[in-house]
Amino acid sequence: MSFILRRLAFYLVAAWVAITANFFIPRAVPGNPIQIILSKYPNLTPQAYKALSQMIGGSLEKGSLWSQYVGYLNDVIHFNFGTDLANFPTPVSTLLDQSLPWTLVLVGTATVIAFAIGTTLGILAGWRAGGGLDRSLPVLMFFQAIPYFFLALILVDFFAVQHHWLPPGGGYNGEITQPGWTWSFISNAIEYSTLPALTIVVSSVAGWMLQMRNVMITTIGEDYVVAAQAKGLSKARIIYTYAARNALLPQLQGFGLALGFAVSGALIMEIVFGYPGIGLLLLNAVTDKDFPMMQAILLVIVFAVLIANLIVDLIIAWFDPRARAREAV
Amino acid sequence: MARSVFASGVFSSTANIWRNLPGKAKVGVFLFGFFVLAAIIGPMVEPYDPGFQNTAANASMAHPSAQHLFGTSQLGQDVLSQVLTGIRLTLELALLVGVIVTVISVLVGVTAAFLGGIWDDVLSLLTNVFLVIPALPVLIVLLGYLPQQGQTPTILVLSLLGWPWGARVIRAQTLTIRNRDFVAASRESGEKTWRIIIFDIIPNEISLIAASFVNTVLYAIGASVALAFIGLTDVNSWSLGTVLYWVQQDDAVQSNAWWWFIPPGLAVALMGVSLVLLNSGIDEIGNPRLRASRASAKIAGHRIWPTDSTPVYAQLAAERGRLGSFLHSFSRSSLLDETPAGGELR
Repeated sequence: MSFILRRLAFYLVAAWVAITANFFIPRAVPGNPIQIILSKYPNLTPQAYKALSQMIGGSLEKGSLWSQYVGYLNDVIHFNFGTDLANFPTPVSTLLDQSLPWTLVLVGTATVIAFAIGTTLGILAGWRAGGGLDRSLPVLMFFQAIPYFFLALILVDFFAVQHHWLPPGGGYNGEITQPGWTWSFISNAIEYSTLPALTIVVSSVAGWMLQMRNVMITTIGEDYVVAAQAKGLSKARIIYTYAARNALLPQLQGFGLALGFAVSGALIMEIVFGYPGIGLLLLNAVTDKDFPMMQAILLVIVFAVLIANLIVDLIIAWFDPRARAREAV
Repeated sequence: MARSVFASGVFSSTANIWRNLPGKAKVGVFLFGFFVLAAIIGPMVEPYDPGFQNTAANASMAHPSAQHLFGTSQLGQDVLSQVLTGIRLTLELALLVGVIVTVISVLVGVTAAFLGGIWDDVLSLLTNVFLVIPALPVLIVLLGYLPQQGQTPTILVLSLLGWPWGARVIRAQTLTIRNRDFVAASRESGEKTWRIIIFDIIPNEISLIAASFVNTVLYAIGASVALAFIGLTDVNSWSLGTVLYWVQQDDAVQSNAWWWFIPPGLAVALMGVSLVLLNSGIDEIGNPRLRASRASAKIAGHRIWPTDSTPVYAQLAAERGRLGSFLHSFSRSSLLDETPAGGELR
């Protein structure tokens, strides 16, 4: 268990670094963010002003930097991210509550699908290095190099604008259905999220495939795989139970890093689709110079990625005896 | 002495490196060279000023024509000129970030590996923390707080957050090189640490540093275009991201103005592809097993994969139809059939 505990400690440190950075960035940048906000929102109420100073600091804050910092940590731990400026007096956390599920479900599902497809293709391409599938890799790499949002633009243009097969954007059709646990809403939401999900899958599949292929080729050269072949085991058994099973571990270890990348890309992509998730919220916050919202979104994304990493670590500890054995050392 | 050996080694091997470069990487080099060329001569040959608005009646969102090769934007701006300037600005930014980040990551990686102890622990922890935190949201918040956006702030922010990837691999490599005999020999002969680092360690990490540079340029292109796309830049300077920003602002997709968003997007994508190709080429030099060529062999008309068991005669001489065996009799491998090497296997 100490492997998991050590990882947990690491993620706590990472979360702390993110929170601390979030606290110091607005206080350290040149210029005065408060001035920018005041010129943007001239008729802020005193309450909004007070809430703002808590999150951002600046000249109008009382108390030492340390007491501000402690107060800020306390707020963050209780998920109190202050009040939104653009939609005053809605708390930031309420707005987050509304859009977070959209992004979580979309990015989560699409990433798992891409991981599964990419890994399977990578196994096959690695087994037959130089074969047809392997030689198609450069084509897939082209899709990987396309920015998410550009692929999204093309998909919207082709599927929605030219052919009207799928809706061009949004999360659901407000005229037909309302959010809730009804079949009409869920099916409608799935229809609307097909294109965004397709974007994520198409652009991230090649990365998984390339990595899996490379590890697979290295694994196939190992003696125990040759031994399995010498025993005359069936091909499927050699591929999946002997080679792929071990090649999967580095793949899982790369999952955490790739996830941050996928989330970043997906945020921008949401903007193209007008998908009602965190990305759109972030865009609006940026255009409105809504700083409390920007900071809260950053923290929420960091927390989500850290939790996903922890889950991956649990899976690794479950699968890999070496990870568990490291605790003895 | 050490320097001259190092220098002559590099120059004599340049031709070799090119010859051993996998085909993929060569394509990458040419593709990237094309964009560098476009960035250099683009602003000289572009037909219009990228900001120039053609106010003629039919010049708004005009299809490609002889007058505007890539068509025009909603304000009647020439898309070709915008893309050429965009390639210049985006590439400038990415290469600059690449240089800065590579220097930082070499400094951090080598320092961590050489100092060891608590310094190594702290620097490694910092590196891993920065790796696990998704960069783009942090970039957005950082840039959002800056009083003004544009090329220079973007370069600074991207450099500030880009170094952990390189630092981690360079640290690992330095740790292994540090314990090799030739480094010990240098140390015993009284070389100063900085000389050991510059003349013994760094030359042995050139391929790693090159890979990290290529990766960083790729990251800088992607991130800067994404940041500009959401408006976190000077929206009146024409980087590729800014062009795409106006595409989104003016609903080019909804108007089906493909000539407006395909060229800048394709430029970004192809620059990315060239770098990915380059990088996988560098990978294959480091790990020759990844090379796809010569992986499978054709023996007697049968494709044999490295993972197949060694072929025996019975497998090779498969059943053929009448036409098949007639055609086969012309092939060189039919000689193999007539002289069964291993006796009566069938």
